[in-house]
Amino acid sequence: MTAARWAHRHLLGIEDLSAEEIVQVLDLAETFVEISERPIKKVPTLRGKTVINLFLEPSTRTRTSFEIAAKRLSADAINISGSTSSAVKGETLLDTARNLQAMAPDVIVLRHSSSGAPHFIARHVGAAVINAGDGTHEHPTQALLDCATLRKHKGLRGGSFAGLTVAIVGDIAHSRVARSDLLALTKLGAKVRLAGPRTMLPVGIEAMGAEVHERVETAIDGADAVIMLRIQQERLDKTSLFPNTREYSRYFGLGLRMAARLKPDAIVMHPGPINRGVELDPAIADGERSVILDQVTYGVAVRMALLYLLGGGAPGEAAA
Amino acid sequence: MKRIAHEIVERNAAAASPLLLVGIRTAGVPLAERLKKFIAEAGDVAAPELGAIDITLYRDDVFEGLPKPEVGSTELPGHSIAGRTIVLVDDVLYTGRTIRAALDALMDYGRPRAVQLAVLVDRGHRELPIQPDYVGITVQTSRAESVKVTLAELGQTDRVVLREKVNP
Repeated sequence: MTAARWAHRHLLGIEDLSAEEIVQVLDLAETFVEISERPIKKVPTLRGKTVINLFLEPSTRTRTSFEIAAKRLSADAINISGSTSSAVKGETLLDTARNLQAMAPDVIVLRHSSSGAPHFIARHVGAAVINAGDGTHEHPTQALLDCATLRKHKGLRGGSFAGLTVAIVGDIAHSRVARSDLLALTKLGAKVRLAGPRTMLPVGIEAMGAEVHERVETAIDGADAVIMLRIQQERLDKTSLFPNTREYSRYFGLGLRMAARLKPDAIVMHPGPINRGVELDPAIADGERSVILDQVTYGVAVRMALLYLLGGGAPGEAAA
Repeated sequence: MKRIAHEIVERNAAAASPLLLVGIRTAGVPLAERLKKFIAEAGDVAAPELGAIDITLYRDDVFEGLPKPEVGSTELPGHSIAGRTIVLVDDVLYTGRTIRAALDALMDYGRPRAVQLAVLVDRGHRELPIQPDYVGITVQTSRAESVKVTLAELGQTDRVVLREKVNP
């Protein structure tokens, strides 16, 4: 056995991971894919462990994915969503976290609309904390599943993404997916291009190692993969970053005309849920280039890998 | 190994479907391959099929100080083992816990007709009621000793090494 021990108690962001650690998760996820293909989709590894999915922001895919991942490892998964939590009664996040901690969970998976919320509760609970999306900051498990999908479809061996060009298109400024993807892909050696309306491109993002394009045409030219981001209506209602969805779709969506510029073997990814006809034409979402459903499949495997890595330690133990 | 192969053939001569030799990762896998060759040479039965099983996720000590992230793959032909006669193959039989985990793992793939156990070395000190059906060599050992099988397939010479544990 040569693999190094996992050094992190929590998974709060891709920022904290080295390239080697990202590859370690991807390799492990690859072996977990097989479990989901068995007639009996369960292994006893996390028997007796408790995973709490605390989702204080709406989510179907990520929450279901974490729940399935936990159950396939035989952990007990408890789901708490925003509308059914005491948050609607005015309980603070800290109080919620402390109360959950008193019930001795082994892992708390948190989605929250405020950036940094998982970091905050990680300081106050003994359980391992996994960030399932915090505000506009990071969505590390999405980035890991994106990397797993890219590695498979681009036939990349091991951990080097050198020579790979990935375009991320959409609301870069408000997207935690874009940030985590950018961090993960650049750590693995891929070239990342970001494109979107000027109002949605954060100033100074080049410093994170990305190429910035104002036009989608140049961003996707020669790219091996395109990640289309969802236009997040819920984050935009108070602002007007673009005139209307029709115009957005025309200039920044991936329609058939735009897609015709893609390299023949380029793949199209989307973190979901798709606004069909806005950022992505339905014919492309369901077409040959689309690997969107593979992303979902890898989502379960990647989350199993993380629960395996983080769920085994005794709760309350000091970080290694 | 040849003798084990003959014993397997003898005992399963009347089997309806080919035997399934399942090696327990890591060392059991090349041993299963060798057994397959010897069984084929012994004739009389249909050539056995090969499988490999990784038991990391089924261990009862999975979180007790093992280097964690390594999980190998499990490969079984056709993905169903229902009704098959399986010979589990491993290098060293010691506490029996590995075999317990392997049996649990196997059962998750279906209900085999029978499971037999072949090991190269039986070093005693069982902690569970598990006994091998085929044994290459039985060695009297103490718990302070370690038994290591090295194989050409895994980049070393073929031998069984018995030595005092460096850090018991």
